[in-house]
Amino acid sequence: MSPSTMAAAKKKPDTPKGAAKSDPALNMELLHSMLLQRRFEERTAEAYALGKIGGFCHLYIGQEAVSTGSLSLLRPDDYVITTYRDHGQALARGMTPRAVMAELFGRQDGCSKGKGGSMHMFDRNLNFLGGHGIVGGHVPVAAGVGFAIKYRGGDQVIICFMGESVVNTGAFHEALNMAGLWKLPCVFIIENNRYGMGTALERASAIHDIYERGAAYNMRRAQCDGQDVFAVREAVGEAIELARKEQAPTLLEVRTYRFMGHSMSDAVSGTYRTKAELEEYMKRDPIVLLRTRMQENGELTDEQLAKMDEDIKAQVQDAWDFADASPELPAEALYEDVYADTHT
Amino acid sequence: MPVITYRDALGDAIREEMRRDDRVFLMGEEVAVYNGAYKVSKGFLQEFGEMRVVDTPITELGFAGVGVGAAMVGLRPVIEFMTWNFALLAIDQVVNAAAKMLYMSGGQFNMPMVFRGPNGAALQLAAQHSQAWESWLAHIPGLKVVAPGTPYDAKGLLKSAIRDDNPVCVLEGEMLYNTKGEVPEGDYTIPLGKADLKREGDHCTIVTHGKMVLVAMQAADQLAKDGIRVDVVDLRTVRPIDVDAIVTSVKKTNRAVVLEEGWELCGVGAQVVDYVQRECFDLLDAPVVRVHQADVPMPYTKSLEKAAKPDLPKTIAAVRKVMYLD
Ligand SMILES: Cc1ncc(C[n+]2csc(CCOP(=O)(O)OP(=O)(O)O)c2C)c(N)n1
Repeated sequence: MSPSTMAAAKKKPDTPKGAAKSDPALNMELLHSMLLQRRFEERTAEAYALGKIGGFCHLYIGQEAVSTGSLSLLRPDDYVITTYRDHGQALARGMTPRAVMAELFGRQDGCSKGKGGSMHMFDRNLNFLGGHGIVGGHVPVAAGVGFAIKYRGGDQVIICFMGESVVNTGAFHEALNMAGLWKLPCVFIIENNRYGMGTALERASAIHDIYERGAAYNMRRAQCDGQDVFAVREAVGEAIELARKEQAPTLLEVRTYRFMGHSMSDAVSGTYRTKAELEEYMKRDPIVLLRTRMQENGELTDEQLAKMDEDIKAQVQDAWDFADASPELPAEALYEDVYADTHT
Repeated sequence: MPVITYRDALGDAIREEMRRDDRVFLMGEEVAVYNGAYKVSKGFLQEFGEMRVVDTPITELGFAGVGVGAAMVGLRPVIEFMTWNFALLAIDQVVNAAAKMLYMSGGQFNMPMVFRGPNGAALQLAAQHSQAWESWLAHIPGLKVVAPGTPYDAKGLLKSAIRDDNPVCVLEGEMLYNTKGEVPEGDYTIPLGKADLKREGDHCTIVTHGKMVLVAMQAADQLAKDGIRVDVVDLRTVRPIDVDAIVTSVKKTNRAVVLEEGWELCGVGAQVVDYVQRECFDLLDAPVVRVHQADVPMPYTKSLEKAAKPDLPKTIAAVRKVMYLD
């Protein structure tokens, strides 16, 4: 579905938009992408518990409509950059479950040869410019990619994902100011999942409609429902169009929620949020919303769904087996890739 | 050979590289309309236009990151810091982004970029504007760090830095911009990581880099009057360090003084001494002596500032000490 038909779609609270002109084939793709991320992350949690994955590991469960909605609109030559919560986006951009799982396992067939791990997924062929671990640090980098696009006179865009805590960093302000000042083709997407670790947005930001911060940079700004993949597509579609046609940035706040803990070491609820709150938000599971809409539209039978789920589970199992079988880099690789050989 | 200033040598290097490769651009505060805070980029805006000579807001973290992003997708940014003191605001991009990108991406994203600007103390600029940062930067794997002491080295090293496919920090001397030296016209490069024997002697080695090269040369001149012949090893690059050049010299002289602008603790000189003790332990005729800034923030007070800085008398005294002359 094109962004313009998206814009025409009617708004209905609490159910996905786009019912008027539904594209069953596209919906099937979106559902597949989201369900793949969900099943993948479930197995990631399991592998972590078994000690196959180490270090910091941040799951994407609950936020799949954001990655899928956004990245389903990009061209192959566009760019993506994100934070350490990057497994879902890597998959939604088209990295294979094998490459992502092998990276999580720290093996040489991982997308970063196992040297990056959970927080540092990179893929040059997909213009996937990484998961980055310093909160806010990648936002100026996104502006730099936007600058490079403009420098070369291209019509690509970059999507930069970030958590809502990022809006309080200096890097965010510096980057958005330059993007607004120089009119760079950047789509800044805040995945507002309400908490930065255990700190609620209201306890960290002086304003709570954080997309309004775009006003300070003379930047188009918008807010949308992040549990509804069609709402994400509509909002991101408009932002991409603006970036591509007019080389102007957008600050988009996508309201979502993470269903798991911040990382693997904290309780899902109990300290900074109640179980009741979590359960309330889980009623708006983005996958359930899409699936229900498709079923109501007669686009998806129970058999089709079961088959899709089964195939995905098998694919994730295959990724696990592949990662498990992949070796770690040999010892001599310790000193490789610190410096590039210079050919110019 | 034409004699030009260090400032013009740097400017020529960037201009020639920008003519040679349209992926190279210059970005920083006051680089375009104002012709550069230290006039290194005089006339650039007229020649290259505002897309390639980019004035930024005062936003070091931001524009260093813009450089990282541009380098990630194939441009070759030259990022100017008005001075390296202000680069501290951008150090996350230098250390956590530029220096790490190739490694953490498993070799996929190299960083062909330069961070450059004046480094070290000038005159009476006080504590926040009088600091030498090379030991901080040299600590970081993934970075290369050069500190040219002469116009010739400035041009050749900066050209190599721009052509290098790694992030290179170029530490210029605020007090060196007006110094003059012979610089050939046109293209030449100096390999990164190679020291230069600036003076030959067999009594004592002075290992140094950057602005202190001039002090070392003056010391060598002065000491020669007393019949003391000094080898001056100019490291030129402090990461990677040319260990061979240090060792070769010390094996010849059996004595060494290490001269640097920065502070003592964890300084570049400490690393040089480590190489010397590892490689020349049995050959040393005296403990190595270091000359560096006093272990204090730089005072504004004229006499105290002089007392804090490494200088000619301190260097001469150090050489005489390792020669057991005093
Ligand atoms: C500069 C910096 N400070 C602190 C941290 C530790 N840290 C990692 S994630 C995080 C919370 C970020 O929350 P948010 O931006 O909302 O993203 P989310 O984790 O919800 O996706 C913190 C404090 C960090 N990585 N970087």
